[in-house]
Amino acid sequence: MKHKSETEAVTMKQNQGFVYLRTEELSWQRNGQQIVEEISVEVSRGDIVAVAGPSGAGKSSFLRLLNRLTEPTSGKVYLEGQDYTEIAPQELRRRLGMVMQLPYLFPGTVAENIRFGPAQRGQQLGDSEISELLERVSLGGYAARDISNLSVGEAQRVSLARTLANDPEVLLLDEPTSALDRAAEQEVEELIREIITAQQLTCLIVTHNMEQARRMAERAMLIREGRLIAMGPAKEVLNAD
Amino acid sequence: MLTDLFATDLQLGAAQALITVVLALGVILYARRQNIHMAQETGFALLRGIVQVLAMGSVLFLLLDQPLWAAVPVLLAMQLAGSSIAARRSKAIARVWWVCFRGIGIGSGLLIVTMTILGVIDWEMGAVIPVGSMIIANAMNTVALSLDRFQSEIESHVGEIDAALALGADPRTAVRPHVQAATEAGLIPQLNSLRSLGIVWIPGLMTGMILAGTDPIYAALYQFVVLAMLFSGSGLSTLISMFLVRTHVFSPAMQLILRPGAEVEDAAQAAT
Repeated sequence: MKHKSETEAVTMKQNQGFVYLRTEELSWQRNGQQIVEEISVEVSRGDIVAVAGPSGAGKSSFLRLLNRLTEPTSGKVYLEGQDYTEIAPQELRRRLGMVMQLPYLFPGTVAENIRFGPAQRGQQLGDSEISELLERVSLGGYAARDISNLSVGEAQRVSLARTLANDPEVLLLDEPTSALDRAAEQEVEELIREIITAQQLTCLIVTHNMEQARRMAERAMLIREGRLIAMGPAKEVLNAD
Repeated sequence: MLTDLFATDLQLGAAQALITVVLALGVILYARRQNIHMAQETGFALLRGIVQVLAMGSVLFLLLDQPLWAAVPVLLAMQLAGSSIAARRSKAIARVWWVCFRGIGIGSGLLIVTMTILGVIDWEMGAVIPVGSMIIANAMNTVALSLDRFQSEIESHVGEIDAALALGADPRTAVRPHVQAATEAGLIPQLNSLRSLGIVWIPGLMTGMILAGTDPIYAALYQFVVLAMLFSGSGLSTLISMFLVRTHVFSPAMQLILRPGAEVEDAAQAAT
């Protein structure tokens, strides 16, 4: 696990504006019910996009389709122009790192959780790399702590660090603050903002909280009943709602 | 007491069976008063049990003078039936019957063949079929318990499994803790049998051998041999079944398809 170097950051800046992620009439049905319906969007490198809409609109399902945790019924997803079915699912999921609504940490210590993703590719994270990751989520000194001793807010930050340990190109955040109390919500939200700005990560964040969507994203897509209603500058899309 | 009333073994057996059925009916009636409705299922199981065991007795009677290879189709039929019964409780798992068939078949089959070749099971029809059937039946129970536990483990840990997949884990890694829990749960009854042998219970086989005049020490040793065989057969069948079933709850694109509320047809379709 490496921090993005300055050269990488400059290259990423230059790459900004290039379409990184594109969906083409992406749809998903479950038990005969249309959950996501023909969503076509383009996300450029470095974009921070809020995926907004009421509960049950299909926002989380859309996010799961992007890293192929769910198989689309029809439609396509392209990653840097490549059909994502041509990419091995494990590699795809590393590149499109997902933070879920609940942290779902594995039994053991914080360090063991952080090591999990890189270990799947045969990469062993050293203690210093783990400490650095934990510093980035304001949990310095937590490496040896058992996950059963963490608050929900701390657990969600470990979950974020665990995803960042995989060095993703895109962060998919599925309501990462919805299970937190007000104080923890603000802390985690600020932290996420800092990280995605500092690393210039492309980011899609699902939220039903319009205020949060306005605070965090430059662009927004509004989904209702599985359909894309609007996509554009966050303030325009969200104020029109 | 009963022995004085009946002239033949057949009459005596029928009377003993009648008494036990009446006892079982009493249990069903008591359960019904407690609002536990098991009359239909238990009644059918009792009827089915007596018909099946009488049929098997008759088959054994006919087979006793046959060459040993004739045991193969009989044990294979038992394995087919055992696979269907073991698969029944875990229908939400795609192609679960096929998992049971291979798990029970390879696990118990290997054990029966090896033990017969080594002479632990006597090289005769009267030993191979009864001991083989015990091994298959125990494997069936253990596999059924493990699969049932595996299914509920998966359904109650969907979030953790998705989290592992999202971090780039392959399906086998994602379900590893649940496979371990299910395997252990399935083997608990077998372990308990071994632990309690001679303390809590004296098994029927040993009792029968002693009543037939066998040296009690040899009878005890042979009983241990049989129980150890049952444990090995069950353990091997369960390990194989659990090894096979891991990938049956995922699609080829490494998506978890066994989810609460997911339709079986959808899951089976996604798995192909």
